[in-house]
Parts: sequence; C-alpha cells; structure tokens
Amino acid sequence: MTAVAHPKTHESHEPMSFWRKYIFSTDHKIIGIQFLFVSLFFLLLGGVLAMQIRWQLGFPNTAMPLGTMLPEAMTSSGVILPEYYIQLVTMHGTFMVFFAIMPLLMGVYANFLIPLKIGTHDMAFPRINMWSFWLALLAGLIMVAGFFVPDGAARAGWTMYAPLSARPDLSGATYGQMLWSVSIVVLGLSSVMGSVNYITTVINHRAPGMTWFRMPLSVWALFITAILAVLALPVLQGAAIMLLFDQTIGTHFFDPIAGGQALLWQHLFWFFGHPEVYILILPAMGMVSDIIANGSRKPIFGYHSMVFAIVGIAFLGWIVWGHHMFMSGMNPTLGSTFMVSTLLISVPSAIKVFNWLGTMWRGNIKFTVPMLNAVGFVSMFTIGGLSGVFMAATPVDMHIHDTYFIVAHLHYVLFGGSLFALFAAIPYWYPKMFGRMMSEAIGKWHFWLTFVTYNMVFFPMHILGMAGHMRRIYDPTVYDFLKGLQPMNKFITLSAFALFAVQVLFLFNFLWSLKRGKKAEQNPWQDNGLEWSLPSPAPHGNWERAPNVYRGPYEFSAPEAGNADFLPQHVKLPTDRDPAAATAPPSAPAH
Amino acid sequence: MHWWLPEAASTFAGPIDGLFLAILIITGIALVIVEVGLVWFSVKYRARPGRKAFYTHGSTRAEVIWTAIPAVTVVALGIVSNHYWVQIKGRNSVPPNAYSIGVHVKQFEWQITYPGPDGQLGTGDDFTVRNQLHVTVNQPVVVHLTSEDVIHSFYVPQFRIKQDAVPGMTINAWFQATKTGEYEIGCAELCGMGHYKMRARVFVHTPEEFTAWMAQQAAGGSE
Amino acid sequence: MNRRLLGMIGGAVVLAVVAASAARQTAEAVQAGATISGKVKFTGVRPTNPKIDMSEEAACKAKYPTSPTAETVVVNANGTLSNVFVYVKAGLPAGATYPAPTTPVTLDQNGCRYHPHVLGIQVGQTLNIKNSDPLLHNIKAKAVKNRPFNVSQPNVTATPTVRTFNMPEVMVPLECNVHGWMNAWLGVLPHPFFAVTGADGSFSIKGLPPGTYTIEAWHEKYGTQTATVTVAGAAPKTQDFTFAAH
Repeated sequence: MTAVAHPKTHESHEPMSFWRKYIFSTDHKIIGIQFLFVSLFFLLLGGVLAMQIRWQLGFPNTAMPLGTMLPEAMTSSGVILPEYYIQLVTMHGTFMVFFAIMPLLMGVYANFLIPLKIGTHDMAFPRINMWSFWLALLAGLIMVAGFFVPDGAARAGWTMYAPLSARPDLSGATYGQMLWSVSIVVLGLSSVMGSVNYITTVINHRAPGMTWFRMPLSVWALFITAILAVLALPVLQGAAIMLLFDQTIGTHFFDPIAGGQALLWQHLFWFFGHPEVYILILPAMGMVSDIIANGSRKPIFGYHSMVFAIVGIAFLGWIVWGHHMFMSGMNPTLGSTFMVSTLLISVPSAIKVFNWLGTMWRGNIKFTVPMLNAVGFVSMFTIGGLSGVFMAATPVDMHIHDTYFIVAHLHYVLFGGSLFALFAAIPYWYPKMFGRMMSEAIGKWHFWLTFVTYNMVFFPMHILGMAGHMRRIYDPTVYDFLKGLQPMNKFITLSAFALFAVQVLFLFNFLWSLKRGKKAEQNPWQDNGLEWSLPSPAPHGNWERAPNVYRGPYEFSAPEAGNADFLPQHVKLPTDRDPAAATAPPSAPAH
Repeated sequence: MHWWLPEAASTFAGPIDGLFLAILIITGIALVIVEVGLVWFSVKYRARPGRKAFYTHGSTRAEVIWTAIPAVTVVALGIVSNHYWVQIKGRNSVPPNAYSIGVHVKQFEWQITYPGPDGQLGTGDDFTVRNQLHVTVNQPVVVHLTSEDVIHSFYVPQFRIKQDAVPGMTINAWFQATKTGEYEIGCAELCGMGHYKMRARVFVHTPEEFTAWMAQQAAGGSE
Repeated sequence: MNRRLLGMIGGAVVLAVVAASAARQTAEAVQAGATISGKVKFTGVRPTNPKIDMSEEAACKAKYPTSPTAETVVVNANGTLSNVFVYVKAGLPAGATYPAPTTPVTLDQNGCRYHPHVLGIQVGQTLNIKNSDPLLHNIKAKAVKNRPFNVSQPNVTATPTVRTFNMPEVMVPLECNVHGWMNAWLGVLPHPFFAVTGADGSFSIKGLPPGTYTIEAWHEKYGTQTATVTVAGAAPKTQDFTFAAH
C-alpha cells in the first residue's frame, strides 16, 4: 500500500549545476519553491507596510518609531506624511494581491501540485514556466522600485482609479505611478504564461485513469482559476497600457478633460478585478477541500456539487464586476442587475461551506496544523462571505461602500480565507517540497495566536465601517463623528502589531524546519493523492512512468481499504482493472 | 463609543437600517449554523482510537436543500433591496419638489452653489459657499454633483447617502433630512493627498432659519 | 536620512566648485555695480479683492481680526502697487554666472495664506517651505521648466520642506488645493538682479555691471511691462512703471 510507484531517481540524470537546478530551473517543483520564497518575502513586505498604516491610524500625528530613518519625502520628524500614507495604502494592497496571495496560490501551488496530483513528470511548457517565475520577480522588483524614485510610489489606491492615477499633477506621483503600470503589464505576462501552462497540462497530461472527475478539488480549482487568469489578466494589462499612455504620452483615455471617460477605467479594472477576487480564493477553497477530507478521514461531501460550485463561481464571477460601482454614477438599472448576479454568487459559496461541514460530519477528525488552519479558513471565510451580502444589497451598500466595513470584508476573505488556507497548505505540502516536517507545536501556537489576534484586528473594523469610517483616510480625528471611535482604532492597531509579531513564529518554523525539521515520511498525512506515492522530497522528473489511477482522491475510510482509513489513487486492488491509454505522454522528456 | 449605525437623520435611514438589520439577522443565523456546526463536529467527531469515519460521498437531498434555501433567501433579499434601490437612486427617483443645490468638488474642497432667493440654479443671484451645505428639514434636496479633477464621493453618514462625483458627469443625488442639526460630509473616494481633509459641514435648518440664512447670504455673507 | 545626507554632501561639493569659479566675478559685480530703482504706480479705480471665507478653517480665521481678503491686487496707501516682481530680463554679459546665495528663501503658510505672496529666488538657492498653521496644506508648484512638485504638510512644521530650482522660470505658480484661495508666485532667475515691490511700491536692483538692460515688471493680474535702461559705472538710475486698472 505504501509502494513507491516508479519514482524518478536522481541517478537517472546527469548532475546539474547549482544554477541550472535551483535558479534557472525548469522543474515545476523548484519553480513552485522559488515562487514560495519570493511571495513570502512580498507577504512580509506587505505586512510591514500595513504596520505603518496602522501606526498612523492608531496614533495620528505621532512620530512613528524609526520614522526618522525614512527620507523626508515620507515622514516629517518621524510623522508619516499624507502622501506617504496613501502610498502605503496603495502598495500594501498591490503587494498583497498581486505579489503575495496570487503567486502564493497560483505560482506556488498550481506549479507544485498540478503535475504531482495528476501524475505527470512536469508542466507542458517547462521553459515558459521558468519565464513565468522570472517575469513575476521582475514585476515585483519594478513595483518595489516605486519607493526609490523621485516623488515616491504609486498612490491612487490598489484599484488605481483614474483620472487620479492618470494625472501626475493631481496625484503628485510621477515615475512611481508609471512603474505601477509597467509592473502590472509584466506581471500579467507572467500570469498568462503560467496559466496557459496549467490549463494545457491539466487537459493533456493527466495520468492513465485520472479522469476529470477523479481529479482532486485542488486541481479543479487551480485549473478553473487558470482559465479565469488567462481571460482576466489581459484585460488589466490592456487597461494598464492605456493608463501608461495617459501618464506618459498625453492620451486621455480616462480623463474627461480631453474626451476620456473616468468610469472606463473602473469598468476595465473590475472586469478583471472581480474574477481576480476568485483567483485569490478558488485555489484556497480547492486546497482546503483536500485538507479537510484528509483531516476528517472521510470522502469530501458532495464532490460533484463542489466541482460545479467552482465552475459556477467562476462563471458568475464574470458578471458581477459592477457591484464595485454601485455608487460610481453608473446607471442605477445596471445596479439592479449586478445586485442580482452578486447575490446569486453567494449560492455556490454557501454550497461549498455546507459541503465542508458535511465532510466533517461523522468524520474522525485529526487536528493537525493543516486541518486546524483549514477549519479556521471555513469559519473565517464564512464571515467574509456573509458580510458580502450587506454590500450586495445596493441600498445598504450606499452606507457602507468605501468604509471600513469593506476593509473588514475583504480581509476576512483574503486573510481569513486565502491566507489561512495557505497556513494550511504550506505545512501540508512542506514535506513533499523539502523532505522535512514543520513543527506541529509551533504550528499550533501560531494558529491559535493568529486566529485570536486576527479577529481582534479585523472584526472591529465592521463596527468602524457601520459608523461610517471612510477608507484610506490619513487622519480620522479630522471628523467629529469619528473622534469617538479613536479608542477602537488604537485597539486595532495594537492588535495588528500583535498579529504581525505572531507571524514571526510561522517564519521561524518555516525557515528552521528547512534544516532542522523532522525527516518526513513518504506519506505523512496518510493521503490518497498521487504526490504521496513519491518519496519526500519528490525527485526531479517525478515519475519514471506515469502512475495508473484507479479511483478518486477522497477514498478515506472506504470499506475496501480494510484496516487502513485511506486508499491511495494509484493503489491497485484485486478488483481494479488497468485504465485505458493515458492522456499523458508517459515518458519523461530528454534533458 | 458607538457600536451601531450612526444617528438616523434622513428618510433613507429607515429602509436602509431596516434592511441592514434584516441582513444581519439572516447572515447571523447562517453564521451561527456554520460556526456551531464547526465547533460541534470538531468536538464530537474528533479522532479517537478505534473509531472510523462514516464512509459517504454525500447526499443529493442535502445538496438540494442547501442550494435552494440560500438561493430563495438571496432572491427575496434582492427583490426587497431593489424596491428601495429604485426609490433611492432610480433614474426617476428625485421628487419633483426637490430643492436644487449645485455641489462642485475639487481637490480638496466642496464648492456648494445655492440658487439664491429666486430658487433657480443658473441665474444671477446664485452664490457659492465653501464647505457648507445648508438645507431645510423635511424638504427633499437634490444635489447636482460635478467634479473638477478626480473622482470624489459625497457621503453623509447620518443621511446614509453616498454618491461619487465623477469628472465629466453631472450626477443628481437626492435626500431629505429629517432632523435639524449639524452633520459632516466626508469624501469617501480616495482623491489624493488631501483626501482625509475634505470635510464639509451640513446644517439642517428649520424653514425659518433657512430663509434667514439665505437672506443674509444674499446680502453679502456673514460678515 | 541617507538621501538628505547625500544631498547635503552633493550640494556642498557643487557649491564649493561653483563658488570657487565665480566668487571673484560676483564679488566685483554685485558690490561695485550700478543700482536701478523706482516705483510701481497704480492708476484708475482700485479693485476690491474678494473676501476669503475661512469659516470652515477656525485655526486660520482666528488669525484675522476682520475678514481676510485675496491679495490679487494690493494697492498701497501712496497709490503704488505691491507684489510686482521686477527683474532684469536681458542684457547681462553672456556667459556670466552668479552663484546661488547660501541664505535660503522662506515661504510661510500662515493663516491660510502664503507669506510672501510673490517672491524671487535664484537658481540653486534653497527654498524653505514652512507651515505655521495646525492643519493640512499642500504646496503644488505648477512649474513648466523646472520639475513640478506637490507635497503636503499636515501640521505646523518642525523642519521646513526644502526645494531648489534648476532652471530660470518666471513665474512658477504655487497653490494649495485644500484652500482654493491660497496662491503665490515664485520667480526663478539665474542671477540676483530682481526685487519685489512692498508696502511703499518701490524696488531697487543693485550691483549691475555697466550695460543696457531690459527690465520687466510682472504683476499677476495686470501682466508685464518692460523698459530699457542703460547704466554706466556706479551711477544710479531710476525707472518707474505704471499699471492701470482695467
């Protein structure tokens, strides 16, 4: 049952230089790991920016610790300046969305998991895959460069609403604003390259017997997400190029001063932006589904409706973008339409949540660190999903639009959702990446402390938003109606510092375990996925010959499994017949 | 500290707060079901030696139930919401007797133009006041929102009204204040480094006070 | 901090080089030359400047006993015009350079108005921008030949914001977007031969080497007037200008 299904061995290849193996690698696993390190760095950077935002909101007009170390264009005697504050807000959002969460989900796990879970040696286009990583890194560096150019980084919010973003005279930012556009164009290229690869690989390279409905939900989610990305990112790229022209060569696509349309940017941005929201959550949902089934030792409840829910969310995701624009002056009749589609999208999300609950029902739940975080994901994503209903109801949105209620909502989805899913996924597949386990003890401390401080930070934001606290304001004490809420802002700030500090545990655990973690077994979580049929870490090229797949990925506690409570996909029982010819070319490519 | 929606001072507050409460109750029930379920299952079905999970791939009946109930709920919610949406923002929602005020927004000021004693905007007796919106209680008011430069957003929390001001567009937004007093307008759309400082005040007067204020302004201002 | 330090070192090096090469010439020119002085007169009906409504900025309003007005046209009691920028437009010896003075020019934001309303600065000279109001001002320089900038000061400044200008430009408009009435005008010149008329409407440009000069007087509402003046040796010359109401 624990037989290794034809793993590739290192000996079968001529030795590769360090550069070829770890830097300019075309191995999907190494590329995934490269994405992992880079995106964790950007996650940390985004967090550092968030801490500065919180300092300013909790303690306005007070010198920030170490603030005097920053250049005078950012701070005055250590006090954050308004123009730096809006750079912080803009770049925090940009880094978190485009350079942390999105590559953590897609760059890392689409790369690492898709070939391993569908049983193939690598991606369909390994070199394009390598380019996808290097372009993403280049885009990230261009974005970071914004802080070091005259007039500072982009400062029109991560949504870059025009004409503020298009007119340097109105925003005060010049090169930084252009670098944002350039970086997004490069990132889009990277993302499209990656996505084309994921789509092609899933369609063409599945192992024999890996039918569509035997694919793990993580692969389904990553596959559908790749389709979203390949269709959505080019829209943003096009818009970013138009914005760049507005900024540099004097076109006025988005500036009505010479015949442009300010709302055009919003339509283009959100036509990309709402599918983007699902790009940021669907892979998380997929991986959480795998982990919850594993932790509950039970097949996923309602596999088919889970797949259809993913497809449904992806489809409806294209026709809800206008719900970001209810207050924009868009035709109110369109508002009604978008309200209906937006409310409907909550249905597939509800299906998913209830199916996760159904999976845990009558299970035999093992609370490993991945499982804890996956359950944390379900509970926090539910809050984020439900708070979305308030915004979907257009009259209520009139009050809470562009307030902290939205900030709370999006952080419940992106932090409580996506990031908790990553806190589950990272330790879960860590052994397959590095051959070692992350510490369970530190992991549990990290989960509980994060869970508590996270809610202390983001839950009160709902109340701030209800009171009318606008987003992206530098100093709430300017308003009389917000002065009374300052103690809550202070509380949030102190909690945010605690939340940030707790993440040191994760970082330490991640880095320390690379060298000192317990050696991982081949299948430490006793899972059914094909990746666990390989040694830990998985060797270059994965399988010598693609494994045969005999069943779906969730046969936990199946009667056929006998005493074991799991039944891997590649294990042949006496009753199983060998699958028909593969969709995948079974042999590894020449190196 | 304030833990609920702000003071209700316009006719929109009633339906919006009611809808908010209704959604809070509905989502609250859903939240309790999910969270209690998670905790209950986590405790009840925790791994113990010798136990084995119940082997099932799901239940079509369960799927139908938890597809249908949310679907029906959100559709109902959509119908109720749309009813109020049309009244608040619909194309023909502005009451015919609404008092017109021009609100021209620029980085980082509200220039508020009053029709003057003749009650007509665009005539010679119009006058403009910076960052002060004066209205009459229980009188529908329509603001004609325009922007000089970037997108701003007109927001009065106590009136529950929010409307972006977009350059190149004139957007009409109406409201009817129901309580006299002084409130604040905030800019709700990031508009540059002075975004946070785009504060203006709203004064809701009795009709007599408003007439007196108008006469004083028409005579050349407060000083 | 690093950037500031680098800037200081760089600035010091540049200053030292420039000063060494030009010190002799300047010392002779400015101290030994001729002086052109005069008055800027105003004729016609004095326009009334509009009142500024500062009622939503209590901290500024409190600084004025009566309602403050705009400073577009400031006519003095003696019938002369304030805030006229008078400068040598042409006629200086080709190739002459004039090092920037080490003393900075200060622009203060006080009572939601700029002080001074019109000011001149030399290329390379430091402009210190300070805020004496406990509220946000942003300073937008709508320069064309120089790099435009737009920075903010959310409170009374402990240290001023510092800017320099690399190119001659008459005039650079300065404005605050939080307070739409706040504006100022900055003349950037490559030489020290400029002046701004004050409460008595007079100006004087000192230290001009012998030669024939085009002198221009600039006013924000009434535009420009030019005159040609020839000086020889140290003999002072008088040149008056007259702006008429229109």
